[in-house]
Amino acid sequence: MASPGPAQHLRTYGQIAWLWIRAAWQYPTSFVLLAVGNGLITGLDFVGLWIMFSHLSRLDGFTLHEVALLYGSASLALAVADTAIGSVERIGTYIRTGRLDQMMTKPVPLLVQVCADQFTLRRLGRLTQAAVVFGWACTYVDWTPLRVLVAVSMLVSGALVFFGLFVGFSCIQFWTTDATEFANAFTYGGATVTQYPLSIFPREVMVGLTFVIPVAFVNWYPCLYLLGRSDPFGTPDAFQFASPVAGILTMAAALLVWRTGVRHYTSTGS
Amino acid sequence: MTADHTSGPLIDVRDLERTFDVRRRVEGRRRRTREQVVAVHDLTFSVDGGEMVGYIGPNGAGKSTTIKMLTGILVPTGGEVRVRGLDPSRQRVELARRIGVVFGQRSTLWWDLPLRDSFDLLQKMYRISPARYRENLDRFVDLLDLGAQLDTPVRQLSLGQRMRGDITAALLHDPEVIYLDEPTIGLDVVSKGRLREFLRALNRERGTTLLLTTHDLQDIEALCDRVIVIDHGTSVYDGTLAGLHAQGGSTRTLVVDLVDEAPPIDVPGAEVRKVEGPRQWLSFPSDASAAPIVAAVAASYAVADLSIQEPDIEDVIRDLYSRGA
Amino acid sequence: MLHVAVATRTFRRYATYRAATLSGIFTNSVFGIIYSYAYLALWDANPSAGGYDSQDAVTYVWLGQALLMTIALWGGGTTDDLAERIRSGDVAIDLYRPVGLVGWYLASDLGRAAYHLLTRGFGPTLIGLVVFDISLPGSVLDAGAFAVSLVLAVIVSFAIRFLVASTAFWLLDQSGVKVMSGAFAIFISGMMLPLVLFPGWLGTLANALPWASYVQVPADIWLGKRQGTDLLAALGFQVMWAVVLIAACHGVLRLATRKVVVQGG
Repeated sequence: MASPGPAQHLRTYGQIAWLWIRAAWQYPTSFVLLAVGNGLITGLDFVGLWIMFSHLSRLDGFTLHEVALLYGSASLALAVADTAIGSVERIGTYIRTGRLDQMMTKPVPLLVQVCADQFTLRRLGRLTQAAVVFGWACTYVDWTPLRVLVAVSMLVSGALVFFGLFVGFSCIQFWTTDATEFANAFTYGGATVTQYPLSIFPREVMVGLTFVIPVAFVNWYPCLYLLGRSDPFGTPDAFQFASPVAGILTMAAALLVWRTGVRHYTSTGS
Repeated sequence: MTADHTSGPLIDVRDLERTFDVRRRVEGRRRRTREQVVAVHDLTFSVDGGEMVGYIGPNGAGKSTTIKMLTGILVPTGGEVRVRGLDPSRQRVELARRIGVVFGQRSTLWWDLPLRDSFDLLQKMYRISPARYRENLDRFVDLLDLGAQLDTPVRQLSLGQRMRGDITAALLHDPEVIYLDEPTIGLDVVSKGRLREFLRALNRERGTTLLLTTHDLQDIEALCDRVIVIDHGTSVYDGTLAGLHAQGGSTRTLVVDLVDEAPPIDVPGAEVRKVEGPRQWLSFPSDASAAPIVAAVAASYAVADLSIQEPDIEDVIRDLYSRGA
Repeated sequence: MLHVAVATRTFRRYATYRAATLSGIFTNSVFGIIYSYAYLALWDANPSAGGYDSQDAVTYVWLGQALLMTIALWGGGTTDDLAERIRSGDVAIDLYRPVGLVGWYLASDLGRAAYHLLTRGFGPTLIGLVVFDISLPGSVLDAGAFAVSLVLAVIVSFAIRFLVASTAFWLLDQSGVKVMSGAFAIFISGMMLPLVLFPGWLGTLANALPWASYVQVPADIWLGKRQGTDLLAALGFQVMWAVVLIAACHGVLRLATRKVVVQGG
């Protein structure tokens, strides 16, 4: 029997996810409330930005539809990543309840099982809302074939960066289950940062957001290219095309941390 | 199945060692101190294909630690484990196809969906061929009498039905060995009986190896020809159930009802354990014959009644534990 | 007193999670920094937006982070225990106790709030003070009024969370309602953006709803925006909602009791 490849894992992922969707449908009221509630959270997020712009015409030199492009693209990437990884933030609970042990006795990679577990479509709300905002903002972009390419690669890479951040920081729970909120500062904090033009932050923060928590690649650099703007910090133009590199590096780092985490778990049993 | 897989024991455990670092807060000290706790120590045993082995011991003896190391969930700190020639912790995913695990109180089934859906997913996860899957499912559902429950959401099943569902789930991919952790806990007598009967049939028909941890000694008596007793992380007995009775230095008891009260009976080969009015309890080695003792008692005393008590397996194991401690 | 004992016990229960508290303060501070820069950019473009200056705005950010857990903006707190007891059916026992359920859980939630104020309230405030030079209350009167306003904020928030948890009597599961209510509260309380920036009818509406007591009213008192009779009006607004909502809690509980009795628990 050939050892299963990524395509097979993806299929298994889909099969597990599908079962969870059907399970969630057993409680349609809760399902709908959760989906609507989730859309509401993110929808109100944008209303907040819109209210902000009722008091000014430009935020640090960026117009509403430019900020909407930043917001929409990051939110879309986050929604995709968030939907895909499902329960990775709950590893601590899985360890405590023994569910992780059960998963380890199954012939499917642990990360595939953890991400697919309790798969939920309630982020559909966020996905829809982000897509609408992004679509609207796109109508203001002066499109060229290269810009289309950059836009597509931005969304894919952005999702990879968020995926990596969520998986990587969730791994803290392999070591301690007391400090889950610590991870939120980097995951959700990173997501919040991307709602604004990064030029509002001091240079040191900007460097951190480029090289340490690389969320600047989720939307900031590629959007600068889409909008035909130069970087206020004067970083090289090459950064505007480097999102795929950032996405792949973040993913690789996260997978490494994941492997280390699992190894820690199997060597300490706690 | 290829020849190199069938040579040698199915499970081979040698000098297995597992220690844990535990941090403990000590009274009067600000810092927590690190402490090493030995969970499994110097454990050696092997299991051949087709055996049914009871793995028993008191809570905290190291049973579940051993099972975790056998399934690859936990890496040993010393010694060696091989299951079908595979190193569980390094080849965990590969091994997973060949083993089945049932954790007694935790179900792997999808709570809100019909039993059948969980089984269907497992077919895909283990990539079981459709023909084999159907065949196994039909067989197990028939043997375990689950036909009527297949389309019922798991949350509506009784504890016994759920356990049978979990055991089916663990067997669909034809594992060579199945680990059962407290499979009969919380079940009623009828369910327990049915489950034991099924496991016997499984072993007889397919040669599935069974490693069973349990507190229910009737499980052992009904299923296992071999018992491994573990205490303080190491094996204190490995052999037949009958041998366990003898090995434990276990004794049978002769209960003598005398016509009148008397001082403790003095006969060779037996010892008085208790006197209560006219009734006396005499213990003698399990492997000795009762006849000469009964004759000796009857010859010297006026006996109203006699009875012999077989040793209780729990007492035997308790004996072993106390000697190991 | 029984209720004091209940509050103290809850305080102690929360106090056992020290690492969680520290990581929470860290996270609140990171968000405080992010929002501070966002607000600074906003007030840089419009230096008198909503009648705040940029120091008011940054102070508002850090007060928000400090209040986030104290008033349990996302929902939860001790009312989660109630929802769990409703789900498991244990609440039937509580309903027959001589002690009022609302008072019991309120005392417990005040104990929780006190712990969160001392840790996750003071922590971010201190960091905001050092890093962003936020302003302090201008007078002893303002500080005292802020303290009163804070207690009222917790009571109003508790009542709303209690009502949310009570939906479990009918829905069995509060999670959907809790997420909705939490999302709404973040927006309408002024946590996301000060209500003073809300335009037209939206601003009027938001300032009239009970959620305004969560962040906007206490923050305005801290900033000295409410003085004299206006200060009394602000506190009166909170008291009014506290009374109305606690009464609603009692009413819902009475309905729920009838339901539990009819169904036999």
